[in-house]
Amino acid sequence: MDRIKKALTEKGKKVFIPYIMAGDGGLEALKERLIFLQNSGADAIEIGIPFSDPVADGPTIQKAGLRALAHGTTVKKVLKDIAAYKTEIKVPLIFMTYANPVIAYGIEAFATDAANAGISGCIIPDLPLEEEDLVLAPFEQNDLALIRLVTLTTPKERIRKIAATATGFIYAVTVTGITGSRTKFSDDLAEFLSYVKSVSSVPVLAGFGVSTAEQVEEVCRHCDGVIVGSKIIDLFEQDNLEEMKKLILSVEKI
Amino acid sequence: MTTKAYNLPDEKGHFGNYGGRFVPETLMEAVLELEKEYNRAMIDKDFHTELQKLMKDYVGRETPLYLAGNLTEHSGGAKIYLKREDLNHTGAHKINNTVGQALLAVRMGKRKIVAETGAGQHGVATATVCALLKLECVIFMGKEDIRRQQLNVFRMELLGAKVVSVDAGSGTLKDAVNEALRYWVTNVRDTHYILGSVMGPHPFPKMVRDFQSVIGKETKQQFFEKEGKLPDALVACIGGGSNSIGLFYPFIEDESVAIYGVEAAGLGLETDKHAASLTKGKPGVLHGAMMYLLQDEDGQIQEAHSISAGLDYPGIGPEHSHLHDINRVHYESVTDEEALDAFQLLSKLEGIIPALESAHAIAYAVKLAAGMSKEENIVVCLSGRGDKDVQTIQARIGGQE
Repeated sequence: MDRIKKALTEKGKKVFIPYIMAGDGGLEALKERLIFLQNSGADAIEIGIPFSDPVADGPTIQKAGLRALAHGTTVKKVLKDIAAYKTEIKVPLIFMTYANPVIAYGIEAFATDAANAGISGCIIPDLPLEEEDLVLAPFEQNDLALIRLVTLTTPKERIRKIAATATGFIYAVTVTGITGSRTKFSDDLAEFLSYVKSVSSVPVLAGFGVSTAEQVEEVCRHCDGVIVGSKIIDLFEQDNLEEMKKLILSVEKI
Repeated sequence: MTTKAYNLPDEKGHFGNYGGRFVPETLMEAVLELEKEYNRAMIDKDFHTELQKLMKDYVGRETPLYLAGNLTEHSGGAKIYLKREDLNHTGAHKINNTVGQALLAVRMGKRKIVAETGAGQHGVATATVCALLKLECVIFMGKEDIRRQQLNVFRMELLGAKVVSVDAGSGTLKDAVNEALRYWVTNVRDTHYILGSVMGPHPFPKMVRDFQSVIGKETKQQFFEKEGKLPDALVACIGGGSNSIGLFYPFIEDESVAIYGVEAAGLGLETDKHAASLTKGKPGVLHGAMMYLLQDEDGQIQEAHSISAGLDYPGIGPEHSHLHDINRVHYESVTDEEALDAFQLLSKLEGIIPALESAHAIAYAVKLAAGMSKEENIVVCLSGRGDKDVQTIQARIGGQE
């Protein structure tokens, strides 16, 4: 059963997935933030696990990761923490981390423990199609979806290949670059998103560089929803929960 | 395991369990394109002609294989030959790779180059070839390395490159690679990344090895002309591992040749201030490849330490990781102190001031030679010259006296 796909499609609306860094503000802040995001209308929540060398991330998420590491955040602690209150979280939880923390934990143990903690999927930005075999079998056995990414530089033929056996949703990267706010998207974004949508049987969500309600509306015209990271982290930093709520609810009006 | 018919990497870029292409999707197309272009270039006569012409007339190859008589006498055992990569244009082996990659970039129509640098040798070699071929050049360099290698920063700027200081992390080579990768992700459409070592995603470890293996090919022929046989042992220092693989690769199938890679033990393997990725690390993924890494139990990459900026890297190329596992190459380590002694020893005995990186290889070779017979021979890769390190040494020796 594809829990993520089901949760993202059953309401028949555009979806919003916020990203937060586990352990930013201390691991004790995680539960409170997850519940706040769930109550604010998040359709699923992406939880970053910090890594010392996050090459796909821009300054905001890099700094959040360093703060989380300074608080002593580890995969083990995050999994144990979430497992304790998993029944209170109804929306799907998706991990985003890099290959090395998963390898160091032990891939099979990671898949089992993540499933036990109620995690539905995992995004590993430095694990392209060519290297997926490393995790695929244990992930499948534990019903943990491996969320794939497509980007503006991915040729059409490759997009079709990635979409053919995608699970959960497809993460469409809206910029040629790293995570973080942008003022403007490139001209080929609409065509790109529409193409991904046309070949995908799972929802297509746009992320990287989406930070305002206007941008949410703009990209949602061509896909099924958005993932917002750096902006959510900034708003938690500023303790601006009202603004965050408004941003999450911006998908309801589309 | 025998290496009689050694033919790695496989087509996915794996050396046994190591290597691969662990990069963000945005880079995959560029990495696949590079592989195709590299394969095309390898069977293109014109490419080889152009490369060889530059290697001879611009870089100054071939470099001499020099019998270090005084050092041999001092060691009291095997004869020590030095492969003089320090005599290349720009003073190190790094240019063997940058010339090749820059020619590939031009073939791919990419006129902008990004690179990382640790000690600055790769940055200088990249900036140099970019000046020659009229390519735009951005070099990322850790803040700490900029402090340690001021002269090389100025050199790169003289050559027309833009040097960007990297503040993140420990401000050394690892962090410079992170930033160079992020820059490449953002500018991949018109930019080629000239990686400086046998690391990163496939095809870099293979391609850099192939460009650097000119070291070993020349050595084999020169040694045969002098001694009429194969050397008994090879020694080279290892940070990411490019000069060493360049020397070793043409000898991998010659199982009578003992091969030694020398890592930086920094303040000592018993401390946490070293760069001995193979001796003290475990396999993991960083900068696009599976390889041995210095990391904690949660998979966070640890900072490496060495007195030589060029060895200050917490990983070791995937092919070295594999050659370690199959026991074809012996990986040893040498401390900052031992390297400093060797630095002075070679300067005094042979009138050759080695790079601090290469001094690690010298230190090990002297120990190794002492335990071998006078009929045996060792070839050491003298990967670079020490001009860039003179200030560091002066401060260090001055402080001691």
